[in-house]
Amino acid sequence: MSWLTKSLGSSLGKKLLMSLTGLFLISFLLVHCTLNALVFLQDGGETFNKAAEFMATNPVIRTMEIVLFLGLIVHMVDGLRLHFENKSKRPVAYAVINGKNSTWYSRSMGLLGTLLLLFLVMHLSHFWFNARIAGTIPEQMTMFEKMKEVFVSPIPVIVYVIGCGSLAYHLMHGFQSAFQTIGWNHPKYMPTIKCIGNIYAIVVSLVFAAMPIAFHLNLIK
Amino acid sequence: MEGNLNLTLKIWRQKNANEAGKFETYQVSGISEDMSFLEMIDVLNNRLIEEGDDPVAFDHDCREGICGMCSMYINGSPHGPNKGVTTCQLHMRSFSNGETITIEPWRAGAFPVIKDLVVNRSSFDRIIAAGGFVSVNTGNAQDANNIPIPKEDADEAFAAAACIGCGACVAACKNASAMLFTSAKVSQLALLPQGQVERAKRAQAMVAQMDEEGFGACTNTGACEAECPKGISIENIARMNREYFSAVFAAK
Ligand code: SF4
Ligand code: FES
Repeated sequence: MSWLTKSLGSSLGKKLLMSLTGLFLISFLLVHCTLNALVFLQDGGETFNKAAEFMATNPVIRTMEIVLFLGLIVHMVDGLRLHFENKSKRPVAYAVINGKNSTWYSRSMGLLGTLLLLFLVMHLSHFWFNARIAGTIPEQMTMFEKMKEVFVSPIPVIVYVIGCGSLAYHLMHGFQSAFQTIGWNHPKYMPTIKCIGNIYAIVVSLVFAAMPIAFHLNLIK
Repeated sequence: MEGNLNLTLKIWRQKNANEAGKFETYQVSGISEDMSFLEMIDVLNNRLIEEGDDPVAFDHDCREGICGMCSMYINGSPHGPNKGVTTCQLHMRSFSNGETITIEPWRAGAFPVIKDLVVNRSSFDRIIAAGGFVSVNTGNAQDANNIPIPKEDADEAFAAAACIGCGACVAACKNASAMLFTSAKVSQLALLPQGQVERAKRAQAMVAQMDEEGFGACTNTGACEAECPKGISIENIARMNREYFSAVFAAK
């Protein structure tokens, strides 16, 4: 097994971990986003609550929840480690930097990821922690009602929208970058991958951002 | 070669590897726009020598874009503002009269400054020495068509082999990563039949050496590809990753 730890500890190994956990988190976000979009059905959250109930009780989903947290932790720890290691590789900084050779967000993945992490702390404490761990969401209160309650105040709405903005840019680079790292850069497919990545990043972030805004403005019945 | 460009130069001066450096400001006047950037520095150096000062040390050899020596980070870009050229191929017509030009050495822990604008790039040599060769017996030169190689493969190998080891990719990268260089050297051999025998070993050895030298890990920003004077594509990095991962997971 030492070959595995040695290879995963190399620069390429650490990148591979970022890429695989990133793709896994991308697949999770798609499910999360689709299920949450059910609140827009204007049925008083009936369908959404059923889906939330299923996600909260199904043993397969609950097991995947653990895998998800593991994936998230690996992505975070490995990402921060890469960030600080990479920073140390240029001990003397340049006086002038012309940023035109790459996009600002591709160079700011550490910052965007940290913003996402801060958002995530708030997000998890609103919903996941209260529902699954602390049990502070009363029995008779549904997830739909909880969402309504959280987004009455403008502060979480603003934090969520900033979180979604960070997510959009993080994904615009992260999606195609994950494929490049695992070696899937092919002249025939790469333009499609980049295009899908951008669409995915923008659509998922917009749908997520629409929820707190719509709840806050009382647009969801 | 008299011209009419008057310029302010902010140049990084550093006595040796151990002493701290700083920027010095110089004025040059009457620079012709037909001069190359290095010739402009020559003009400054001639004057400094006449005045009894220490001339600005910089690397150069071929002055035609082949040797990869002329490492200068000009106004925030390796080899200056133009695409697909080295500093020796950059002409003063790319600058305007009265402009201030900031000139820095490549900045990377793995490229320590020796003096002024000269950096030590022997870390690249050690990456090559770790696996950028074939040691199988290839025998005498064969008939041209004895080893059939598809045109596409030959073209791609040749495009990768165009890398001159200048280090602009490292200089441009926010992580000071050498993956564009290393991947070009892995690719030029991985694409050809002669390179097959040591393929798995090569990818692992060169990546290990690259890490050992203290280059960073690529985050796929693409800055290297945009700044490379030889247009080396980051598709080579994807290929190196494939080579490395298949070597790691498939090798016995
Ligand atoms: S890949 Fe391009 S920038 Fe990097 S060393 Fe080779 S020629 Fe220079
Ligand atoms: S001096 Fe040889 S490439 Fe510039």
